[in-house]
Amino acid sequence: MIKISKLIHDYIQRDEEGNPSGTIRAINDISLDVEPGQFIAILGHNGSGKSTLAKHLNALLFPTEGAVWVNGLDTKDQSLLWEIRQTAGMVFQNPDNQIIGQVVEEDVGFGPENMGVPTEKIWERVEESLKTVGMYEYRKKSPNRLSGGQKQRVSIAGVIAMHPKCIIMDEPTAMLDPSGRADVINAAMKLNREEGITIILITHYMEEAIRADRVFVMDEGKIAMQGTPREVFSQVEKMQAIHLDVPQVTLLGHLLREKGLDIPEGILTREELAQALRRQCGCRITAERK
Amino acid sequence: MFKDITLGQYYQTDSLLHRLDPRVKIVGTLVYIISLFVVNSFIGYAVCAVFLIAMIKLSNVPVGYIVRGMKAILILLLITMAFNLFLTPGEELFRIAFLKITKQGLAFAVKMAIRLSLLVIGSSLMTLTTTPNQLTDAIENLLNPLKRVRVPVHEIAMMMSIALRFIPILMEETDKIMKAQIARGADFESKNLIKKIKSLVPLLVPLFISAFRRANDLAMAMEARCYRGGAGRTKMKPLVYKGRDQGAYFVLLAYFAVCVLLRLIRLPISI
Repeated sequence: MIKISKLIHDYIQRDEEGNPSGTIRAINDISLDVEPGQFIAILGHNGSGKSTLAKHLNALLFPTEGAVWVNGLDTKDQSLLWEIRQTAGMVFQNPDNQIIGQVVEEDVGFGPENMGVPTEKIWERVEESLKTVGMYEYRKKSPNRLSGGQKQRVSIAGVIAMHPKCIIMDEPTAMLDPSGRADVINAAMKLNREEGITIILITHYMEEAIRADRVFVMDEGKIAMQGTPREVFSQVEKMQAIHLDVPQVTLLGHLLREKGLDIPEGILTREELAQALRRQCGCRITAERK
Repeated sequence: MFKDITLGQYYQTDSLLHRLDPRVKIVGTLVYIISLFVVNSFIGYAVCAVFLIAMIKLSNVPVGYIVRGMKAILILLLITMAFNLFLTPGEELFRIAFLKITKQGLAFAVKMAIRLSLLVIGSSLMTLTTTPNQLTDAIENLLNPLKRVRVPVHEIAMMMSIALRFIPILMEETDKIMKAQIARGADFESKNLIKKIKSLVPLLVPLFISAFRRANDLAMAMEARCYRGGAGRTKMKPLVYKGRDQGAYFVLLAYFAVCVLLRLIRLPISI
């Protein structure tokens, strides 16, 4: 689906007169492969280059060195630009700054309009996408009256209406409250599981990465760690060394293990931890209950 | 607090006028304004007024709502009347000190007042029955012929609609920045004009920075959704004339013909 080979990206720094004065290497030699239908999470703290990477996948930025292929299309080829942007949709962080329409349904129709889809088909796509994210009953509302999570789901609907094969979400939940965050992540999961759309979720909330098929951790423009969520989060010290937290349950499990309890590394959910604890002192709890 | 702001004072209800194609309403308003300058007799103004009253009835917008909108131009109206009343030369009716009122002046002032009020009510009736969105669409459509002379019609309409979308957001932001600056001791209440202007600086600078940042983000989001200008774009809600729109054009034509006739044929009882 997505293939990145030895990608390097430099931002040019300019002094006050606008002359180039130096470069900042935001992405330093990254290679990765994403299979169709996968749910990928990319983690990293601020300035680790994860947003820059996201913009490469949508041909909003172009490689300084190396190459990016989206569904076999080389992003350096200007003639493929619109096809790439249609294949890989993008959801940004600030919901207010990516909604163009003054009515929800008009905003969702914006992408298909740009692609030149005939009018009746636009309406079909809008209806279908709004139903997918559960925002159909808000179609006549002004985006200004929606909550952050609702706005972000409208943005997702706007991307789905373009029928992409892959959706890149650049910290879509960073500005939302917990319930809005859950709504957005659930909508993304649903798209991945039911529609088979490849999802690349960029986030700094570790809890959101737990359900991913693969996790990439970025640090200073490089991929510092990768693997399944369990593989990555079981390395608590390594995560902390690059200033990232692991999910709270994982951390609790890790600390208990350090204190000598027999709990496996890489606990991801509360249920898992509860089970491990029960196994530890199961007899005593059941005994006390009786 | 700014979420409920309505732009262009759209009055939400269902009526024949609301359902008309926005292009008809724009053309209609223009024709109506022209007609006000075509007629120049009191009978003519009566026709214009009757036509407007009929339209207001058709629009289902409460009369009180429309009259309230007139308050804004009351001062302008009075000044215009005063100028015409006192400064038109002609046959003297009576004078107060150095101010003399002429017969011609009186007639002119009254006509001017009628003309101005009808004009304002007429055009506000358009904005009351048409959403800003529909207006932008209609303007884009009506200006389409200008594309041949390389006027970026689509881009202008897109800018208008984005501006409309961001006005409430930026107002909310202004409110937020204002509160943040008040919390740091900024004084927005001062009566002193210079102080007042100075106090705007810490409000406007962050507002502009944020507006530019938003513009940057929005441009990127639009590009990510394949926006590349008007070429090759389809419309989700294309404007299509229906039977009632043709009917409306016909009524408009008939009305305008009457106005022109009234101007051409001098009625014996002309005032």
